[in-house]
Amino acid sequence: MFPTPLEKTSRQWQISYQVLLPIVLIIWLLPLIAVAIFSIKPEADFVNGNYWGLPSSFEMFNNYGKVFFESDMPRYLLNSVFITVPTVIGCIILSSMTGFALGVYKFRGNLLIFFMFIAGNFVPFQILMVPVRDLTLGLGLYDTKMGLVLFHIAFQTGFCTLFMRNFIRALPFPLIEAARVEGVAEWRIFVFVVLPLMKPALAALSVLIFTFIWNDYFWAIVLTQGPDSQPVTAGITSFNSQFRAAYHLMSAGSIVAALPPVAMFFLMQKHFIAGLTLGAVK
Amino acid sequence: MADLGATTPAPTRSWYKRNEIAVTPWLFLLPGIAFFALYVIMPIFQSFWISFHQWDGLGEKTWVGLANYERLLGGDRKFEISFWNNLRWLVLYLLAIPMGLFISLFLNQKVFGIRLYKSLFFFPFVISQVVVGLVFSWFYLPNDGLFDVIVGWFGVDISGGILGNPNTATYGIIAAGLWPQTAYCMILYLTGLNSVDPEQVEAARLDGAKGHRMLWHVILPQLKPATFIAFVVTIIGALRSFDFIAVMTNGGPFGSTRVLSFYMFEESLSEFGFRMGYGASIAVVLFFIMLTFITYFLWSMYQDEKGAR
Repeated sequence: MFPTPLEKTSRQWQISYQVLLPIVLIIWLLPLIAVAIFSIKPEADFVNGNYWGLPSSFEMFNNYGKVFFESDMPRYLLNSVFITVPTVIGCIILSSMTGFALGVYKFRGNLLIFFMFIAGNFVPFQILMVPVRDLTLGLGLYDTKMGLVLFHIAFQTGFCTLFMRNFIRALPFPLIEAARVEGVAEWRIFVFVVLPLMKPALAALSVLIFTFIWNDYFWAIVLTQGPDSQPVTAGITSFNSQFRAAYHLMSAGSIVAALPPVAMFFLMQKHFIAGLTLGAVK
Repeated sequence: MADLGATTPAPTRSWYKRNEIAVTPWLFLLPGIAFFALYVIMPIFQSFWISFHQWDGLGEKTWVGLANYERLLGGDRKFEISFWNNLRWLVLYLLAIPMGLFISLFLNQKVFGIRLYKSLFFFPFVISQVVVGLVFSWFYLPNDGLFDVIVGWFGVDISGGILGNPNTATYGIIAAGLWPQTAYCMILYLTGLNSVDPEQVEAARLDGAKGHRMLWHVILPQLKPATFIAFVVTIIGALRSFDFIAVMTNGGPFGSTRVLSFYMFEESLSEFGFRMGYGASIAVVLFFIMLTFITYFLWSMYQDEKGAR
């Protein structure tokens, strides 16, 4: 293990490490801690210039209540859910199929198609912007959740295919061959042999895509406008213009907007990190 | 669940049954490829095409040949600023890699609650960039912002605040961006460190290797895959920077924080009219910058694939 495990170091360093750890963490998370404190402060604190001191009164329920009952925030949150969940499902379905095709079969162009998916995943959004906006307008899906969902599914399929294909490649191939010898149809091999083994990959991809899509901002402002279909990342900016300079409300709103992916991460931590660090270990 | 008809080879087998292994992958690929082609591959070529036109996004396109590129590369101030800012992003964003490595080395211990510490350190990456941007813009507020207060103790006064001053605004945004990116690199390295071969480390230790020499000669070579991924995600992240700029400064002050991705958006969908053709030409330039990196990444991955066979 590197660096030297703590139990083999001097007593002094052991103690200083234990002391240092929480201090470093607090410094690291300082911006977030500040916002959390902002969100429970009364308005008067900001008027009086007490930005970074302790709250003069505890206004958490008041502030968060305003976010939920006196703004469009709940609508934006709901929009985000209706954009994110279908995207996750769509991506998983499409990419488990493409991943299966590219991971199991040997055919001409296999690697070429695989690389096309990876390369497409890396292109700058801006080169897609004008045509995708045009296409969405043409389909009559501009400013709808559906328009965003379709694009997100298509784009994320690139990353998901990379993930699924590499995962399937690591599965024991003899299992598939055995099924073939038994005369099992190929699509049944996919459904009954491969798919059950892919559960960890499906879980990892679901949380990753959920976070990516929930946090998307660029496409939200390119393809939607207004509270009917805008997700919460775009909504937070109009929320902020509604409560201009009301830092206690803006920070409460930001925390609400950021919470779902955070909850997702803490609930499915193992899968999340497994997905994110794919390829970091050989 | 075995289909008996398929196990006995008979001349009556259908065309599909005979060619099953050859046809199936294409059937499975079809929906994915169709979607990807429609929304990703084709738009790339369409953008190239649009970049040779003058177009407001609604009416007819007017062919202007290379005029957009001539204007762009022939002394457009905004383009130059954006380009240099992109370079700043690229270079400074790479700091996330050594910083991430440093934190991961710090956290790679087995003490009580270390798992929770690791997740809390990773936390900033999970939050949307919009929220991180907002948080940092409050942190940077002139006079009242914590940052201004702290540097004030040392007698430093940045006029207009970090984000209000054209000389510092871009660096302020990059610093905000480094926060989640460092967290990402950290988690990559933590995973990498987990799988470092303990026998090699012990052997090196017996040979008297310690500290940075150990890190450089024994640990880092084993972390190569993690470093590669960290490079990929950091470079792509740097060139994709948009959310932070849109939220924190909206390109200002005086356009000093524009990058190519933001400038493109501004030209194409600004309130002063839609210059889609010009915007597309900016996107094409950005695409070619990105392409040099993409080609390198793909080439590295191809070498791996060849090795795997």
